[in-house]
Amino acid sequence: MKMIVAYINPYKLDEIRDALKDAGVSGLSVSNIQGFGRQAGHTETYRGAEYEVDFVPKVRIEVLVDETLAPTVISTIETTARTGSIGDGKIAVLPVEDVIRIRTGERGRDAL
Amino acid sequence: MDTGDTAWMLISSALVLFMTPGLALFYGGMVRAKNALGMLLKNYIAMGIVTVTWVAIGYTLAFGPDAGGGWIGNLDYWGLRHVSNVIEGDAGAIHGVAVPDTVIMVFQMMFAIITPALITGAVAERMKFTTWAVFIAIWSIVVYAPMAHWVWSPDGFIFKDIKAVDFAGGTVVHINAGAAALAMVFILGPRLGFRREIIRPHSLPLTLLGAGILWFGWFGFNAGSAFGANGLAANAFVVTQIAAGVAGTVWALMEQVRHGKATTLGFASGAVAGLVAITPASGFVGPGGAVAIGAAAGVICFLALQIKFAFNFDDALDVVAVHLVGGILGSLLVGVFADAELNPASKDGLFFGGGVDQLGRQAAAVGIALVYSFVVTYVLGRILDAVMGLRVAEQDERRGLDLALHEEQSYVLAD
Repeated sequence: MKMIVAYINPYKLDEIRDALKDAGVSGLSVSNIQGFGRQAGHTETYRGAEYEVDFVPKVRIEVLVDETLAPTVISTIETTARTGSIGDGKIAVLPVEDVIRIRTGERGRDAL
Repeated sequence: MDTGDTAWMLISSALVLFMTPGLALFYGGMVRAKNALGMLLKNYIAMGIVTVTWVAIGYTLAFGPDAGGGWIGNLDYWGLRHVSNVIEGDAGAIHGVAVPDTVIMVFQMMFAIITPALITGAVAERMKFTTWAVFIAIWSIVVYAPMAHWVWSPDGFIFKDIKAVDFAGGTVVHINAGAAALAMVFILGPRLGFRREIIRPHSLPLTLLGAGILWFGWFGFNAGSAFGANGLAANAFVVTQIAAGVAGTVWALMEQVRHGKATTLGFASGAVAGLVAITPASGFVGPGGAVAIGAAAGVICFLALQIKFAFNFDDALDVVAVHLVGGILGSLLVGVFADAELNPASKDGLFFGGGVDQLGRQAAAVGIALVYSFVVTYVLGRILDAVMGLRVAEQDERRGLDLALHEEQSYVLAD
């Protein structure tokens, strides 16, 4: 089993969710985050005072999947999130030791 | 008693009261999330404390029979003694209008409440709540009440001797609060991280909602200052709308030209600046004057934002640029755009062939209001700083006033 963590542009979320559903993903978690990478920050202006803000708003997606589905999920996110501009984000793939469905107590793949 | 007039003044009183929650949201959205409740409470507490001080002594000092020289009212009406809701004859015994004296008393109370609340924008994110509570109690008695007497009591020396006019509070409310804000900023010093860290508004939707409530309530503030449901109230209502609309638009235009982008905070700030500037003029100028005053507020208050950076004082939410500068502008422009045909209480302004006579009177009132408020507030602030301390401890300021002073949070993660 794999945990796939993707940091993406917020406006790409709907497109990615739809693509992942079509690819057979049965659930995912999303959070609003802020961060910086190679993408430079931006300027915000409040009553004429300009601030250089390093952190840009991003969305983090977490998907738990079976090994067999992982390559599809990764390539789906990769192609859907890509615009070619700086700031498209990153995908991390982590090994998962176990998964437990709290309601039933199922373990491993059955819990996905 | 005129029931129409009385109904309008009751509603106007409620409208003016509603401006204080509006102001609380306007300011509350502009501070960081960790200080939002601290800001809201510093405003709301004025609705509690100043109600008490006004009833006890503030009202009689402002509108009681003159104690001599037009300086202060005597104590005849302390605790609202002799303030009646019954009218014998055509007019109330104290205020001389066809509305019960109790109604005018409560209308004036709402002004006494919002004026110290305006100062919260300058002391934002660093002042102790307890000291603030004591400050507004004393300030409403030693600064607000005398100035209301000078300008609005028929015996007051600015009204009677200088013959300056202030329809709804350019001097009494806005210059008064703005000069006090400046004095408090000098004593408090800048917030930790001022000009070094990013200190951003945490919720501009709250600020815009607050600005909308202020705009709505301002119709009671200005049109209610006609003390009746009449043509003068209609004029004040119309010029209030014009000045706010013009100033908000001009401010947004200034941003578009200078920074390339108009902002929500800019439009809201401009609208409030326009409302401030038209306040003293709303019963004396017509639509043309309102356009000019609104445009002047949009340009000059916008440029005045830079003052705090030039002099490096942390007027956190720009009370000086919006209220002090806007109040001075509007009070002076009465002397330019006043039309005596509209309201004979003011002489014709410069633009209507009256020369600089009224302008000079207005300038004198502006100077007196500015100096009195600044000096007395500065002395009061210094005394309270020595006795109670004005500023929270450094770790409390970093943690945020909401948790440090009130043990509450605006936004909890989950329930």
